[in-house]
Amino acid sequence: MYEGIVQDLIDELGRLPGIGPKSAQRIAFHLLSADPADVRRLAATLNEIKDKVRFCRLCFNVAQAELCRICSDQRRDPEQICVVEESKDVIAIERTREFRGRYHVLGGAINPIGGIGPDDLHIRELIARLADGTVTELILATDPNTEGEVTASYLARQIAPMGVKVTRLASGLPMGGDLEWADEVTLGRAFEGRRVVA
Amino acid sequence: MSRSARGDRVLPTYRDACNHGWVPVYRDEGVVLRTTPLAEADRIVTVLTRRTGRVRAVAKGVRRTSSRFGARLEPGTYVDLQLHEGRSLDTVTQADILSPYGAVIAGDYSRHTASAVMLETAERLTGEERQPAMRLFLLLVGGLRTLAQSERAPGLVLDAFLLRALAVSGYAMALQACARCGAQGHHQAFSVSAGGVVCPQCRPHGAASMSLAAVRLLSDLLTGDWAAADASEVRTRREAGGCVAAYLQWHLEYGLRALPHLERV
Ligand SMILES: [Zn+2]
Ligand SMILES: [Zn+2]
Repeated sequence: MYEGIVQDLIDELGRLPGIGPKSAQRIAFHLLSADPADVRRLAATLNEIKDKVRFCRLCFNVAQAELCRICSDQRRDPEQICVVEESKDVIAIERTREFRGRYHVLGGAINPIGGIGPDDLHIRELIARLADGTVTELILATDPNTEGEVTASYLARQIAPMGVKVTRLASGLPMGGDLEWADEVTLGRAFEGRRVVA
Repeated sequence: MSRSARGDRVLPTYRDACNHGWVPVYRDEGVVLRTTPLAEADRIVTVLTRRTGRVRAVAKGVRRTSSRFGARLEPGTYVDLQLHEGRSLDTVTQADILSPYGAVIAGDYSRHTASAVMLETAERLTGEERQPAMRLFLLLVGGLRTLAQSERAPGLVLDAFLLRALAVSGYAMALQACARCGAQGHHQAFSVSAGGVVCPQCRPHGAASMSLAAVRLLSDLLTGDWAAADASEVRTRREAGGCVAAYLQWHLEYGLRALPHLERV
């Protein structure tokens, strides 16, 4: 145990995802010995992130205004919505330049053992977006793992009666992975080869 | 595949370059109960194995889409594993799918919620790691296989699994005779704390009334009379299912996370 504020810093860092006690300690000591200007810039960004960044009212992607950059872009096709788990998946798909529609960020995936059911995700809001009939295709781009597949099959079942075409990314994406790890070419191909599921 | 070769400790197998000691490697088959992300691209997998009981192991790099393990270590998958024993956690060094039950079941939401309750129950009923629980393992494989085949109502498959899993863990539900005094008969009251049906004399305060049909169904599920269970009515299934859920929660110290998400159809 370190004294007071140093230990506080280690504890705070250790609460971040993917950072264990050893990494937390390493990052803390890196910050202690780093250039004060660099550390102040990091602190300022952390402050700003909570003040300025919020979630898009429509698609729940990270945004700096009420609507995210994609939802406020009139050139994006309003007839297609691509459903993803997290905002980082929007970035992965944008990199492929394969998709010109809009997104819907669920905020996770269904995982009963983890205590996450459909009501814990932005599914009700997604269904509301389909109500006016503008959207003709819903592309399910949840992760190619069990949680992502379960979420996709749940959505396909809920949305099928609404008469919207539902497609799923091609199985070229190997099972068990996270979408963010897919390279642009593989992900782009998965987009092109998407199959109709409902 | 020779069964006898499985689960046997094949130690020592090779030398550890750093410690100049023997590194224990073992092989077993098991069902993946749960996975938790670890660091950037790894996962910790919890597996109920045939011979070793419940183990936790690190699967390196499985979240990268280029991983050769990928789908082999997803929840509900029945796998053949080679593990490298570590101080606190083992490491998966090889995994081959025997049956991808989890992936098959993922296509059907109600079946998936039933399988999630099964996997979580199996984890909770194996209190300690590395305590062999072969009967529970066999029940789990059988339960997942039946769910994946899609021939039976998922609620019935789940309740049969739960009743039997509790029975092999020492919590058999009394259904033929009063749980308190042992009097045989068609009792129509159920007490979770007493451990099953109770006669009118023993009936404690707060015992629930139960239909004969529901008691009958529970007993058919426990003994495996599927012809009778398949013919049961929906409301009887609902009554029996509620009873199994209450009984299960009573025997586990705290609630199952997956149970509130169970979709009974
Ligand atoms: Zn948006
Ligand atoms: Zn009695």
